[in-house]
Amino acid sequence: MTVVWGIVGMLVGVLIAAQLAWPVLNFDLPWTTFGRLRPLHTNAVIFAFGGSALFATSYYVVQRTCQTRLISDGLAAFTFWGWQLIIVLAAITLPLGFTQGKEYAELIWPIDILIAVVWVVYAIVFFGTLYIRKTSHIYVANWFYAAFILAVAILHIVNSMQIPVTLTLGYSIYSGATDAMVQWWYGHNAVGFFLTAGFLGMMYYFVPKQAERPVYSYRLSIVHFWALICVYMWAGPHHLHYTALPDWAQSLGMVMSLILLAPSWGGMINGMMTLSGAWHKLRTDPVLRFLVVSLSFYGMSTFEGPMMSIKTVNALSHYTDWTIGHVHAGALGWVAMITIGSIYHLIPKLFDKKAMYSDNLINVHFWLSTVGTVLYIVSMWVNGVLQGLMWRAVNPDGTLMYTFIESVEASHPGFVVRVIGGVMWLVGMLLMAYNVYMTVASKADSKAAAQAA
Amino acid sequence: MTSQAMSGFWSLWIIVLTLGTIVFCWWLLYANREKESVTGDVQTTGHVADGIEEYDNPLPRWWFIMFVVTLVFGIVYLILYPGLGNFKGVLGWTQQGQWEREMDHAEEFYAPIFQQYAQFDIPTLARDPEAMQVADRLYQNNCAVCHGSSARGGYGFPNLTDNNWLYGGDPEVIRTSIYAGRNGLMTPWVDMLGDQGVDQMVHYVMRLSSQSHDAAKADAAAPMFQAICAACHGAEGQGSAAMGLNDIGAPDLTRNIWMYLQPGQDLYDSIDFTIRHGRNGLMPAQARYLDYGVELPANFSSMSPEEKARILPKVHLVTAYIYSLNQ
Repeated sequence: MTVVWGIVGMLVGVLIAAQLAWPVLNFDLPWTTFGRLRPLHTNAVIFAFGGSALFATSYYVVQRTCQTRLISDGLAAFTFWGWQLIIVLAAITLPLGFTQGKEYAELIWPIDILIAVVWVVYAIVFFGTLYIRKTSHIYVANWFYAAFILAVAILHIVNSMQIPVTLTLGYSIYSGATDAMVQWWYGHNAVGFFLTAGFLGMMYYFVPKQAERPVYSYRLSIVHFWALICVYMWAGPHHLHYTALPDWAQSLGMVMSLILLAPSWGGMINGMMTLSGAWHKLRTDPVLRFLVVSLSFYGMSTFEGPMMSIKTVNALSHYTDWTIGHVHAGALGWVAMITIGSIYHLIPKLFDKKAMYSDNLINVHFWLSTVGTVLYIVSMWVNGVLQGLMWRAVNPDGTLMYTFIESVEASHPGFVVRVIGGVMWLVGMLLMAYNVYMTVASKADSKAAAQAA
Repeated sequence: MTSQAMSGFWSLWIIVLTLGTIVFCWWLLYANREKESVTGDVQTTGHVADGIEEYDNPLPRWWFIMFVVTLVFGIVYLILYPGLGNFKGVLGWTQQGQWEREMDHAEEFYAPIFQQYAQFDIPTLARDPEAMQVADRLYQNNCAVCHGSSARGGYGFPNLTDNNWLYGGDPEVIRTSIYAGRNGLMTPWVDMLGDQGVDQMVHYVMRLSSQSHDAAKADAAAPMFQAICAACHGAEGQGSAAMGLNDIGAPDLTRNIWMYLQPGQDLYDSIDFTIRHGRNGLMPAQARYLDYGVELPANFSSMSPEEKARILPKVHLVTAYIYSLNQ
């Protein structure tokens, strides 16, 4: 436990940073400067919220499971401050309109270089700590964290290769369809390695820990880990169906996306089956509920993804709100909920408290998040299918039955429902911030917990 | 147009990587398959990480089968469709081919409808409610994005319902505007006129449509208007179309119709900007969008209206629609 105490200060910072990022989560303002706020939204939730959560949990998990201290507190602190600086720079440059125009890689080249530096240091800290571990075996959660760190480094550096023109402007070294392919190779693997592998690492520690059950199948974790990381790399072209991308690349993207179904589900099965025998705990443990529901949404969206990568389905779903719904099934249902569950587990431990300040608030938060996610994805499903069908409907004379604006008008009810879902999420996050504050501020239990440790 | 074939090396590279990935997954599955069914208590692996143990349960059977099915599907798909490098797949499918088949099918199905309308001249079509209903659909999906769903235009886009024509409102002129597009260019004049000259000219232009203006300034600009502006806008400011010039597009300045007046903007400011900086209005040629895939003969512009209608039947129909809005 003393090892953990040494870095609590840093972890607190990362966690608070994650909470600062949360209000942005789902706070979608499609009007006015949507074009600038949207990348700010995606960067904030993926890299500020998701990234901070991954830094924090990976540093915690690697120390716990390797029974050792981080190889360097100084370097870890550097990654914390560096990452926070990047987030601040993103929050300044994106609203100002500085962008390199690549989705999820909008940040301009000087920030890209900073990211690369911080990321390499992150890798040094993580792998260095693995190297000095006191256990003979590397726990499965660390495999996923390791894959996530390595792959993101490669993806980020390759996709961000630019010829700088001025301090704020650069041009990609790739051109045309190659640039598009590199971008979506990056883009889909940002989902695959950042939002899936990284958070599976989180899942593999916090689910068995919170359920106090052994992991269901070691064998399954081996198979699905290796299959997941080797197949995910191929899935990017499904973002470019029916475009200038050569046919062969589109086919490979689709085939590999379908093959990805089973490796993705491996993680869900392992998580769910770990809970078998502990189902009764769901009645009393709202944290476990977060973890279980996140696994359900994970399973659902990783089924939906391969479905949508099929060309005939994609012909309907592409460019519609269905895609947005799919992303949020993953981002809210899976990424955010597993993170929230993990943090509710982590906070009392890090601050030497017996439990969170209020279980009831966690429970309210759970229901707000679950219902909010369902409202969000159902409204986007309805909108997506509606738009896809309206865009392809033709009159007997072959002219299009609906103009684009009519499909936008028809989408309005779905947009409203989405806002309601988003507000529920926001309210839940505010409850969480209050709960965490009260937990950290409370004086109770610290002595008892210290003795227990 | 098909994608360029890559070199043999890269083709092989892709094939090896693809099949290697599939074989790797296959091997991974079979190498980790439980050989005997597990009976009794499941053992843990003996690893303990921070108190977490791991059971050594076998791969769930249904999951195993699902994985194998997707792998088999992948192999079959890559035999049927292009995917393995330069191998085209036994079905010979291409997205270009699929698209061409669908377009051919549509052409076969819908072309007679439009050829039927192409037999009528524009004034006749403009009075045919059924034809105008079809034309309205074409308009809404191709033109409304700039000119508005009610065709009343907007900032920078002309109103098509007010009988005020930049290029002329005769059926054949409208047809040319649609199929070939227009590029209305007014050069900037601030260098020639100077700040004071621009100010005076704004008052002159405002007087042409009887707006409130400074008479002395307008008078001062009159000789300059005749010297440089009248060539396009006409001596009375009546516009190029009224002078019988169908390719200039200089607007009539006497009718108090302002294409570049933003909502809420002061008229003086708008005219001032126009004279200082000039304007460049562009309407793209629509033949390639409305009548997709038609190769225009070199002498198309000199053909008869009947021939033009036959070659570009949808342009013909939309021409009649625009014409009808002003009758």
